[in-house]
Formats: sequence, C-alpha cells, structure tokens
Amino acid sequence: MTSVSATLPVGPHSLAAPATPKRVCATTGLGVCLDAQRFIKLHAVVGVVFLLLGGIAALLLALTRWQTVHLLPADWFYRVLTFHGINMLIFWILFFEVAILYFACTTPLNARLFSRKVAWVGFALMGVGAVMVDWVILAGKADVMMTSYLPLLAHPAFYLGIILVAVGTLVGVFNFFATLYVAKRDRAYEGSMPIVTFGALAAAIIAVVTLLHGAIVMIPTFAYSMGWIGQPDPIWYRIIWWGLGHQSQQVNVCAMVAVWYLLSHVIVGARPVNEAVCRTAFALYILFINIASAHHLLVDPAVGSAWKIWNTSYAMYLAVLASMVHGFTVPAGVEIAMREKGYTRGLFGWVVALPWRNPALSGTVLSVIIFGFLGGITGVTLGTQQINIIAHNTLRIPGHFHVTVVGGTTLAFMALAYYVIPLFFQRDFIWRGLARLQPWLFGLGIVMLSFGMSFAGSMGVSRRSWDIDAQGVYGSAAHLWLGVLGLGGVLAFVGLLAFVLLCVGTLLFGEKNHGRPMADWGTPPALAGAQAGSLADNHSATKGTIVLTLVFLACFAVYYFANWKALADVWPVR
Amino acid sequence: MSLRPLTSPWFHAPAGHEKLWLGVAILWCFVMSLMMPYWHFRGKQNSSGEAYAVMPADFLARTEKFVEANRVGTFKNPTPNAFAAELPLVEPPAGGDAYLVGRMWQWYPALRLRQGETYRIHLSALDLQHGFSLQPLNMNFQAVPGYDHVLTLTPTSKGEFTIVCNEFCGIGHHAMTGKIFVE
Repeated sequence: MTSVSATLPVGPHSLAAPATPKRVCATTGLGVCLDAQRFIKLHAVVGVVFLLLGGIAALLLALTRWQTVHLLPADWFYRVLTFHGINMLIFWILFFEVAILYFACTTPLNARLFSRKVAWVGFALMGVGAVMVDWVILAGKADVMMTSYLPLLAHPAFYLGIILVAVGTLVGVFNFFATLYVAKRDRAYEGSMPIVTFGALAAAIIAVVTLLHGAIVMIPTFAYSMGWIGQPDPIWYRIIWWGLGHQSQQVNVCAMVAVWYLLSHVIVGARPVNEAVCRTAFALYILFINIASAHHLLVDPAVGSAWKIWNTSYAMYLAVLASMVHGFTVPAGVEIAMREKGYTRGLFGWVVALPWRNPALSGTVLSVIIFGFLGGITGVTLGTQQINIIAHNTLRIPGHFHVTVVGGTTLAFMALAYYVIPLFFQRDFIWRGLARLQPWLFGLGIVMLSFGMSFAGSMGVSRRSWDIDAQGVYGSAAHLWLGVLGLGGVLAFVGLLAFVLLCVGTLLFGEKNHGRPMADWGTPPALAGAQAGSLADNHSATKGTIVLTLVFLACFAVYYFANWKALADVWPVR
Repeated sequence: MSLRPLTSPWFHAPAGHEKLWLGVAILWCFVMSLMMPYWHFRGKQNSSGEAYAVMPADFLARTEKFVEANRVGTFKNPTPNAFAAELPLVEPPAGGDAYLVGRMWQWYPALRLRQGETYRIHLSALDLQHGFSLQPLNMNFQAVPGYDHVLTLTPTSKGEFTIVCNEFCGIGHHAMTGKIFVE
C-alpha cells in the first residue's frame, strides 16, 4: 500500500479518507472502492452478454460461409453479419473496456471513483443505445454491415443508437479522467501512476479521439437518414469513418497490452524491465495510430499516393514499433521474474516452469502469440500501400482482424476474467478443469478460423459475401479453406460458450471467498536460493526473450517479402 | 511494479537485450518504410488513386457512348446468372479509355483487351459502393458513386477474367459479376 504523507491530510477521494465505502482485497491487500466495484461488475456482465449474442451470430456465420453447410439464407446472412460485427467489435469490447478503466483509475491508485451518478448516466446511455441498435438490426432495418458505407442507408435509429453508445462511453471516459484528477489532487497515491493505469490512460485518450471521429461522421449521417440534410460525400464518409473504425481497435490494443502487463504481474510477479521504454511505446500509440486509418483507403479513388505512402509508412510504423516494443517487454518481464525465482535452466527453462494450468496465464500467452505472430505480421503487410491491391475486401482482411481483436484482445479479456470474478465478485470458479481447457479451445478455434479466411482470401474469395458458387471462379482449394474456417468457427464458439457458462455458473453457484484469498490458479513458487530483485540491473538476463523476438522478426520478414513477390505477379497498374 | 505507483526515479536508458531489440525493430521499420517509395519508382503495381468527380447519370451516359462506339459483339453468360446473362462485349482502342460501371448487380459492359497494351479503365458505381475484384488474378479496387476512378492497367496474361463484387451492395451482391477477356 502506498504510504501517504503523514503531515498533510488526504482528500475525500483517497480510499484512506475516513468513511469512504471500501473493502480490502483479501488476496492482494489492495483497497477496493465499492462504487467502482459495482460499475466494474455491471459493465463486465453486460459486456459478456453482448459477447454471447455476438458469438451465437458468429456460429451462424461460420456455418454459412462453410460452403458445404451454407446454413443461412442470403438476407439473414447479411443481417447476422451486421449484428455480429457491431456486438463484438463495439458492444462487448466497449463495455469491458469501461470496466477496465474503472478498475485502473481506482484500485491501483488507492482512489475513490469520481462520481456514481456520472457512471450511471454513461452506463444507461450505452445500454439504451446498444439495445436500440440490436433491435433495429434484427428487425431487418439496418442490413448495412458495421461500416454502413454511404449511400447504403439504415433506419435512423441505427445511427442514433450508435451515437448514444459513443456518448455513453465518452461519459465513462470522462469519469475515468476525473478520477485520475481527484486521486492526484487528494494525494491518494504518491509518485507516478503504475503502468496498468498509464496503459488505460493511453487507451482512454485514443478513445476520445476515436469517438470524436464517430460524432463527426455519424451525426450528419443520422441527419441525412432523417431527411434533414443532403447526402454526405461517400469518400468523405469513408475517410472519417475509418478515423472511428480503425482507431477504436487501437483502443483495444492499448487496453489489451495494459492487461498483459497486469496479468503477467499478478501471475508471476513480472515488472517492466524499463518503465521509460514501455511508457514511450504507449505514447507512440497515442501520437501515430490515428494515421493507421489510411489502411482502409489504399485502393480508393480520390486519395493520392503521397498521402497513402506518408500515412502508412513513415508515420504508421512508429505505432508498429510500439507493438514490437511491448512484444519484447512483456515476455522479458516474465523471464526476469521467473529467473529471479530460480528457474534459470537454459534458454527456455523459465517457459517450461510457467504455471500452464492457470487459464489466465495460458490465455495471456496465447493472446501475445496470436496477436503478435498472426495479427501483427498480417496487419502490417495488408496495410502496405501496394500490397493492399491483392488483399482489399478479400477474406484476408477478416482473417487478420480476427486474430488481433479476437485472438488478441478478447482472449486477453477472457484471461482477465479468471481474476476479475474471484477478486471482484468474490466467488471461486466452478469447473476448474474446463476453465484450464477454455483458452486453448478458443485460441485454437480462432487460429483455424483465421487460417481458413486468410488462405481463402489469398485465392480471391471476398469478405461479406453469402455465396462463392454463384461467381463460378473458385475451385476446390477455396472450398477446403472455407471448411477450415467453418470448423475453426465452431471450435471457437465452443470455447466462447465454455467461457460464458463458466462465468455465469460461477456467479450463481461459485463458492464465496469473502474474507479469504481467492483459490490459487497456479503461481510459480520461488526455488531455494532464489533472490527477488537480483536481476534488476542485469540487462542481458532476457536471453530467451531475445531469441523468441528474433524468430518473430524472421517470420515477419519472410511473410512480408513473400507478399511483395505475390504482388509482382499481377498486372501492372498505375 | 505494474500495479503500484512508482515512487523512485524510473527513467533510465535502454540497455542490453532491450537495446538490441529496439535497434533491430527500428531498423526493420525503416526497411518497411522504404519499400513503399521504392516500389513506387521501381515496381509496377502502384494504384495512384487518380479520380474525378462525376455525376452517376453523366458517367452512365459516357459509358453508353463508349459501348456504342466500340461494341464488337455480345457476351452470353454460360453460367446461370440473372444479373449478367447477356452483356455487350466492347473492345477499347489500344492505349485508349474504357468505361466500366458497377450497379446492382452487374458490371457493365464486358471488355475485350489485348495483351501487353495499356488502357485507362474508368471505374465508377451508379447506386451504392461496389468492390472491383478481378479473378482469378486477385486485383481489388473500390468503385464509389460520384467518383470516376481511373486505373491505368496493362494486361500481361491472356484468358477470361471474372469481375466479382466484393463490397456489400444488397441481397444480390454475391451474384454480381462481370467479364474481361484478354487476347
């Protein structure tokens, strides 16, 4: 616990102030603000409900694109696709992220949430908006996909619902910023904020920029759908929309990386090797990620090549650099922590000794690997101005973002839930055997799904298409990969369902752990003779991590140049 | 500590393995940054995004004029497709302009091109946004109403190519196809 200066009295928003509604966590010894706890629970539960809805839609879609099964009729395929995208990419993730923000601004800072009323307002706006959007989609009045590219038009309630969700989220983000301010003012903590809060702060800043883009694009579109103004220009719409669309995913990246730091610390006691480097990497996200929206406009008319090259090369790679930094610092922190505990054998003895039976650990490790190796490498390659010609709007695109957002962010959030539920709902998990299996099931399913999409996409199969047989150009190989997509989708859905059942079952039937530490998932014990902090000044103790990251770089380079080769095989175009 | 505020000074320069990785990562970002301008001058696949504002009705009129002037026959689709059962087959002059329209749910007209010649293909959409995806070659471009998107293409392989729509444009989207023949 942070020591508070004895000479100065603390303000009302420090948990140390008298009569503050709080409890002390029996596992970590940290103070928990009861107001924040309520909203963390509320947002997390609602988030998981949307995850389940989006997951059911995902299963239907996978079984439709699996051409042999081809389950849904055309109209319902596009309807369910719209529903799936919005529930997963917006509702599930935003609700869970607000929960993370409320955690990050209170417990680690020993602070009280700024305002209960503001939190209620934000939550209500988000909830009403989300229900509105889902209702209008299922009623068949908004078959417009998540991007809703003009002049394709939905019912006004669709745009209004999204605006409400965005405003509600902004209100939640405001509550987060206000809490940071009062925590500092009331001297709830001393020194600099911890990296988990810093990562959440970066996510919140990007969220504000993102939501402002959303307002700029959605408000005129809503007005147009009401017949108040003329049609906004479709290219203007695309440019501004992607300021919302791509950046919102960068909010997820930030939140996910913050969760990596949090979980690696909670499970094995990892700490950043160098705080300055990690924090600079978060700052790079804030400064340069906006520019990555150009990704989506690389084969558009009316956007010149100089603009495309500038945005996607010089500036965007500084954000890529940030991810590459975290890809080193997170495992390096784990390696140092494990070596300090005495697991020093060879290059990878520390990897073998990790608590693999802890689903939060396996979830985090899978999240880092799937996000980095599959999501990061494909994303940078697809976002190259010229290479995009052979990938734009093919299944390669969802093949990429399913490994970043689902294999990366969603899996990291699932891993977090294995600690959130015992620590905040104070119930121990039921069916621990199933829980140990769950991240593997989900991760494997998503990897198969992504491989199926990526390979089918490289054979030209388009995304957002109900049927490939009517086009008469795709052979048996494309059908095979769509089958892999379908199987992966089913497997991932089983993993998702297992997660939801575990969470709901635990909330209803889990054993209460009030007043005692949560049941341990597996924490590696320190071996005899081990000394905490002994490697703090040894900058060459991360041998295993440097080998892993160099392997990563080699894979990256091979994939990247293989794509230039594939591009060179198509017709010249200017 | 990831979860506790930092009270001691925490700024220090990267060292050891971390410094090595940072250096390698920055170097790699440089390589990637240079590839795009390099390809722009030395490579052949660089869509420049050349485009002009145009009213959809005007674009259709230009397309009709182009079809009338250069029509060489009729393409009868051997595969059942209600939206592209029959299309005029049009051969633009070598080095000249060709017009291609995307509309629900058809690419109009069918084009016949010559291998090795260069054409300025004017691509636009009349109603919604459509995705121009040339298969099995797998080249993809966006067709947007109100914009005349000019692609300066040089076909280097012969055969029959199918244009698939890969931007969602309604219920018949999956059946929206067109044809380009290269001789």
